[in-house]
Amino acid sequence: MFCMMAASCSTGSNNEAGSVTVFAAASLTDVFTALARDVRDAGGPEITLSFAGSSTLATQLVEGAPADVFASADNAQMDRVIDALVNPGEPTVFARNRLAIVVEAANPEGIERIEDLERPGLLVALAAPEVPAGNYAQLVLDAANVAVTPATYETDVRAVLTKVQLGEVDAGIVYASDAAAARDVAAIDIPDAVNHVANYPIVALHRDNAAASAFIDFVMSPAGQQRLADFGFSVS
Amino acid sequence: MRTARSRPRTPIAVLIPAVIAGVFFTLPLIGLAARIPWSRLGELATTSAASEALRISLMTSVAATAIATAFGLPLAWVLARTRFPGRRLVRAICTLSMVLPPVVGGVALLAAFGRRGLIGTLLNDWFGVRLPFSMPAVVIAQVFVAMPFLVLTVESALVALNPTTEETARTLGASPWYLLTRVTIPSIRPAIVSGMILTWARALGEFGATITFAGNFPGTTRTLPIATYLALESDIDLALLMSLILVVVSLTVLVSMRQRWTGALGDPR
Repeated sequence: MFCMMAASCSTGSNNEAGSVTVFAAASLTDVFTALARDVRDAGGPEITLSFAGSSTLATQLVEGAPADVFASADNAQMDRVIDALVNPGEPTVFARNRLAIVVEAANPEGIERIEDLERPGLLVALAAPEVPAGNYAQLVLDAANVAVTPATYETDVRAVLTKVQLGEVDAGIVYASDAAAARDVAAIDIPDAVNHVANYPIVALHRDNAAASAFIDFVMSPAGQQRLADFGFSVS
Repeated sequence: MRTARSRPRTPIAVLIPAVIAGVFFTLPLIGLAARIPWSRLGELATTSAASEALRISLMTSVAATAIATAFGLPLAWVLARTRFPGRRLVRAICTLSMVLPPVVGGVALLAAFGRRGLIGTLLNDWFGVRLPFSMPAVVIAQVFVAMPFLVLTVESALVALNPTTEETARTLGASPWYLLTRVTIPSIRPAIVSGMILTWARALGEFGATITFAGNFPGTTRTLPIATYLALESDIDLALLMSLILVVVSLTVLVSMRQRWTGALGDPR
């Protein structure tokens, strides 16, 4: 499938090792691992993945780290990288990530809407406003005009998920992709009107790198977009 | 009277690594001081975020030290003075939290005292008590990770204690209680104080078990280490100032308490 959509890979890429190195945001860990497997199963090149926070990856790339593709969790870090490169490709938004409410799998508190988080006595975990997910969660709550006093402000968004999985809180607000990948929780949608959507751009770090472009084409293909949707990302 | 001359010269093979070790511990402190935004000090020091977190840290760490002492002293005595099957295993279990990653300790505490935990479920159902996300949870997390320092220090002192004094007192007809309170405890007082200081210092710096078991809410469970960690994400100047507060408070206590209370174990001046 990979080669059908990318004629160039049958004629050999300009990457000698025949592999593509992809730097991807930490929140893409699960889905990009699956995408790399899809490419290999289709007879495409070996995909070498490196995951970290987008800002960490951007710093590494600006400092000259050898990679072919960069997939960022926000536009700001992408811009930093593009500005530092000599001849980069054109960044494309390949997925979006929304916020979602997570509750215990059986939803014992019967939470159905974001307004339900206001209920007295309900234990809610949020990410701290100092980290992006917590900042977004507060924006969403403000937009929905919902006043929540959480039981705890967790230091990262995965810890919010853990508190819900362990049953220590009744609800939390996390990324939809975190909710989709998690066991023992149910996700409750937050309407677009109040939700915060983070754009995920991807780029070939050199515009003439055919293998890199082929990988990006695969991510943008119906099969690639379906994978992203399976892992809780919004696609066009 | 002791003079400098009465001490043997320090061998060079001891001196060099000792100096390297000293520099190793001092350099990060100097580095920290160099980064402190001294011009913003007044403005930052009066932020309620820092003072509130300091207040919670002091309250909880002192409470944790008191509880760890009340229960740790008897535990140390039992480990040092009694023989029972599985004693080594008991000692290992009671000190395991020193080597566990604190986050694992926090998860274990949730599994025991959390809302869905072994005991936590009963506490919730019978008394409506929920420990996580409360100030007592902060204290519990601190006791869990810090008490082993008291237990091990006191146990070593009890094992090393010359038995003659106690035997003499016993042959003179002292009751077990009199023996414990008038002979044994006074003899190991420096070790008890050292253990308490170590316990307090560990409790003050506690982060991983606290954030996992007690969570983080300003005014209830946000201790200074947690506030510092969060400030690193948003206002690094504030994070550095909070680090400074933690360093100054800890240094003051460590220096003054040692001189005041641990004469027999402290500096041979």
